[in-house]
Amino acid sequence: MLTLAFMRHAFIASTFIAVVSGIVGVFVVARQLSFLTHTLSEIGFAGASFAVFAGWPALNGMILFTMLSSVLVGQMSIKESRREAVISAVSALFIGLGILFLSLSSQTASSATSILFGSVVGISANEVHQLIALSAVVLLITLVVYRQLKFSSFDPIGARVAGINETLISVIFLLLLALSVSVAAQIVGSLLIFILLTLPAASAKYFTHGVCKMIILAILFSLLGTWLGLLLGYLTNWPVSFFIAVIEVVIYVVALVYQNYFVEAN
Amino acid sequence: MAVVSVEDLNVAYGNHQVISDLSFTVNEGDFMVVVGENGVGKTTLVRALLGLIKPHSGEIDVPTSSEIGYVPQFRNIDEEYPLSIRDFVSLNVKAAGFPWLSKRERAKVDRMIRMTDLTAIADRPLGLASGGEKQRAYLAQALLRSPKLLILDESTASLDNEMKYELLDLVTRFQQENLSVMFITHDWDLARHFGTRYLQMMPNGYSEGPINELPEPEE
Repeated sequence: MLTLAFMRHAFIASTFIAVVSGIVGVFVVARQLSFLTHTLSEIGFAGASFAVFAGWPALNGMILFTMLSSVLVGQMSIKESRREAVISAVSALFIGLGILFLSLSSQTASSATSILFGSVVGISANEVHQLIALSAVVLLITLVVYRQLKFSSFDPIGARVAGINETLISVIFLLLLALSVSVAAQIVGSLLIFILLTLPAASAKYFTHGVCKMIILAILFSLLGTWLGLLLGYLTNWPVSFFIAVIEVVIYVVALVYQNYFVEAN
Repeated sequence: MAVVSVEDLNVAYGNHQVISDLSFTVNEGDFMVVVGENGVGKTTLVRALLGLIKPHSGEIDVPTSSEIGYVPQFRNIDEEYPLSIRDFVSLNVKAAGFPWLSKRERAKVDRMIRMTDLTAIADRPLGLASGGEKQRAYLAQALLRSPKLLILDESTASLDNEMKYELLDLVTRFQQENLSVMFITHDWDLARHFGTRYLQMMPNGYSEGPINELPEPEE
């Protein structure tokens, strides 16, 4: 299987995507941003359809739209009570735009399917290099702000009092999230992006009680889903995203069962 | 030596004046209890001291944010909160450009966990800890950077009587090492037992003095 160039590309890309998703996902879950992540993926869809319309690579359109809108959503929903409504409004606007750009461009149905559900086996060497570079940027920035990000994600009250600039950390994280959404959308598609950015981390928190261990476990769960998903996709010719979704959901259900029957019982 | 110095402080939310011309000082090693009924501005005072709201006028001289420890009454920590007590305490290590804890930082976290009697349960999830254990973990986190001032904002309100005394006994151990404490409370008995000075906030004014001069609460 790995003698085929497109499968090698797919495995390399999915490995980087899994690592980025595992790390960023732990903070997505801690900051309760799953809904926003879902919205950013829809915005990514709009960005990608804009890119198709404009003749750009899909990734560039996604990055442009998700980064602009993540800052916009962050600024508009400073009050937590307003957050969900703002996200719904922004999401509605961008889905509409996505449909508009697709209808204006000549390539409709196949492009939309590829953006929405991913096309990892179609990734070129060039796109793999771009993915690796973007993943490196996300990882490097996360390393630099890790302590502040950890404090403000897991104890916002304590972080505020300790003098951490929450607005700055929040904007940095939203930009990291936007980049991660754009990167991960290449493999699972924008419709299923939240699978990798939320489920592995949500499962990991039931098995361990340290941020670092949670990150490691979330990366492992992401890797398991993407690698096994690729393998099963190759063997059956069914969509890779379908297998990734099922594997991650199974891991999450196992985590819930583990928590309910083993941890709480003790 | 004054650790906190507040002069002619005025804070208003819109047209509603919450604090008017408040002046007081907290000296090194003081255990200042701040008492008063709901709505007299105790929480507003804390927020102003922490720099979370801007006063209308007046002078506030407090240590920098890294030199203030703060223990609130509530935090949004339910039983699914994922961090262990040790990880929660270590959140308050100084910001640095690398993620891992240095040997010195790990030793500091261990020492604080030991001093707050949390060693035996340090690796248990904070979400599953009792109310008293949670408050001790909040205290350990607040004291990790060896602050000059500790603010306890009604931190004992959700605890039973025995746990209230245990927590404040622990605080007095640190106070004896020259930590200044501001304890916001409704509980006059606790105030008298642990305080060395008091600040009483009332709708029509303020009084301050040594704890033996704290007046009886108004019915």
